[in-house]
Amino acid sequence: MSSGSLRKGRGNAWLWAGVPLVLLALLIGLFLVTDPLKPLGVSAPPIEKLTVERVTLDDEGIHLQVRADGSEPVSIAQIQIDGAYWMFSQTPPGELGRLQTARIDIPYAWVQDETHHLTLLSKTGVPFEHEIAVAVPTPKFSLSRLLAFALLGIYVGVVPVTLGLLFYPYLKTLGQRGLQFLLALTLGLLAFLLIDTLQEGLELAAGATAAFQGGSLVWLAAGLSFLILIVVGRREGHAPEDLALATYLALGIGLHNLGEGLAIGAAFGIGEAALGSFLVIGFTLHNITEGIGIAAPLTKRKTSLLTFIGLASLAGLPAVIGTWTGAFAFSPQWAALFLGVGAGAILQVIVEVGAYLARTSRQSQGNWLTLSNLVGFSMGLAIMYFTAFFVNI
Amino acid sequence: MSKQTTRRALLKNGLFGGAGFVFHQLINPFMKAQESTLVTQHNQHQTGMMTVGEVDNNRNGFDPHDILTDWDTGEVSTLEDGRTLREFTIAAVDKEIEIAPGLYFPAWTYNGRVPGPSLRAKEGDRIRVHFGNGGSHPHTIHFHGIHSAFMDGVSGIGRGAINPGETFTYEFDAKPFGCHLYHCHAIPLKRHIHKGLYGAFIIDPDPEKHPDNAEVARSRLLGTPENSEWQEFMMVMNGFDVNFDDENEVYAANSIAHAYMKRPIQIERDRPVRIYLINITEFDPINSFHLHGNFFNYFDHGTTLTATLKTVDTVMQCQAQRGILEFSFAGFEPGQYMFHAHQSEFAELGWMSVFEVLA
Repeated sequence: MSSGSLRKGRGNAWLWAGVPLVLLALLIGLFLVTDPLKPLGVSAPPIEKLTVERVTLDDEGIHLQVRADGSEPVSIAQIQIDGAYWMFSQTPPGELGRLQTARIDIPYAWVQDETHHLTLLSKTGVPFEHEIAVAVPTPKFSLSRLLAFALLGIYVGVVPVTLGLLFYPYLKTLGQRGLQFLLALTLGLLAFLLIDTLQEGLELAAGATAAFQGGSLVWLAAGLSFLILIVVGRREGHAPEDLALATYLALGIGLHNLGEGLAIGAAFGIGEAALGSFLVIGFTLHNITEGIGIAAPLTKRKTSLLTFIGLASLAGLPAVIGTWTGAFAFSPQWAALFLGVGAGAILQVIVEVGAYLARTSRQSQGNWLTLSNLVGFSMGLAIMYFTAFFVNI
Repeated sequence: MSKQTTRRALLKNGLFGGAGFVFHQLINPFMKAQESTLVTQHNQHQTGMMTVGEVDNNRNGFDPHDILTDWDTGEVSTLEDGRTLREFTIAAVDKEIEIAPGLYFPAWTYNGRVPGPSLRAKEGDRIRVHFGNGGSHPHTIHFHGIHSAFMDGVSGIGRGAINPGETFTYEFDAKPFGCHLYHCHAIPLKRHIHKGLYGAFIIDPDPEKHPDNAEVARSRLLGTPENSEWQEFMMVMNGFDVNFDDENEVYAANSIAHAYMKRPIQIERDRPVRIYLINITEFDPINSFHLHGNFFNYFDHGTTLTATLKTVDTVMQCQAQRGILEFSFAGFEPGQYMFHAHQSEFAELGWMSVFEVLA
């Protein structure tokens, strides 16, 4: 083949890369101009949708962030609060295009600790309902509040993980079977966290604007982050062990704790959870097993205090970021995305811890499906399930 | 204003801008927000509990303030037997109307307005109503009054439903005198009524037929000097189910939410007031009318010349019930006197109004 024909071939290739795109543009244009679906009688009223993404209550009344979400722009004609029309102002004013957001300010003397029902009416009379379950002042961004939420995050994340890691000297005294039991227990714990994270993510996704396809977002983020972490973890040709495995464990658990922090922060923010010491102690109990899980792969090596601090921070501090975000800047689609990533990370460590357990089992007795491993796995699940009784917010 | 600082008193102070400072202090933060950010209306009622914006009356083709007094007395001629003939022309038209600012309702109307034209005749007149259906569904006009079965304007009886494009003339004598109404009686009835097919049908008493109460009858008869002393208003209490869930989202007198709140109805203090009140509200069993700071006499159905209820400030009506209210603000302190449904729900969804009494 001469160089001329090669060039010509490439030219053709470019042509064929372009032709379908040009045809697509033409078809879309033709469709819009000729309205070929007319014989089907598609003249239904435009589908308008509106999602209330965030509610802020303060001394000046009720403030909403809304997002338009239908096939047609939405204009908010009137707003009812508890079945009464109230004056409001909208910024920016006018029609909201697809996925556009606006801020709505309603000077309304809301009643502390009581429920308010909002109905936003579009110009065609489509009602969009939103319930403020328990009206409490939305936490405002201030240093003292920031610190308080940080403390909450530390109690939920850092404290239990650190306490769990403190079992490390004891864990070192366990033999091979003891270690395997511990890894099986960690697997049970991780299985619980995976289910919990996915559920939480899907629940939050349901509150997001439909166009973001929150449910798919959770699953896709989970799948993609799982693949990325597996590839990164095995880039040297073998599964991560020892410190590397502990680090991935801390990362996965950290992302789960981020989600937990988000849920707690958001719940306090909208008054759906009472801040009781019971709840905080519950979370501490619930998450203590996480520290044990992180320590398990480290029993065969010497580990410095600094490493432990690093691991505890990686697993625990995201809870602080979570409570901050949940309380001050919550948005359901981002929360769903984070929780999806968290689920993927947990799945990765399930695979890697499972592989590690299988490997160590092979080295000792050749089979990892032992009764002791089954008991360990079940105990991990059971501990998480029952301690979760304390923390259902 | 009062030593008794009840919540209600405070609210009223705030509403009427009198000694509003107490109210202002109580909910100062809210008021501040409102003053700074709200779309300001040309109303004095800075309460926040109100629809936002203005209805475009020109686009609607009718003004709720005009509807209060725009009687349709028809085309008048004399029959061979000497009786008065009144001919009215009514067309059913599909029309989207703005019932609250920015909120549009796909209405069915008589003559492009809701309520339809306020027909007014004198007791004993011969009535001919030339009806043409320019809408998309079969319709009728069913008059509350005395007439033959054939002229009843009901689906399946007499002439029955008038199909789109068809016409029919309803003919009967105007009787009995009173405050009546007409509405579409095609099926499904509920939908045909709440879509907007209704209006007032007032028959004034003939003084000659009521020698005992001739004076009262004359004051009711449109066009007499006695009648012109009165300030007469027609109000149809109605509601709109904008999302078709069999519940009304908007209530009003004469269709437009808060119309008489944003622009009070002005009345001269020393002339008596007469209101022809009709309830056509669908879905809710009753509607009501409550007057602030005053009491009225009530003539149920308007078919008597003596009051059926004396000295009341609230009256309730079931659907299609109607009556005449008579009261006076003579000697009162000028100012704004509210009137509204005393179902707070309806009031807060638009059926809230004000008389501005001028000295």
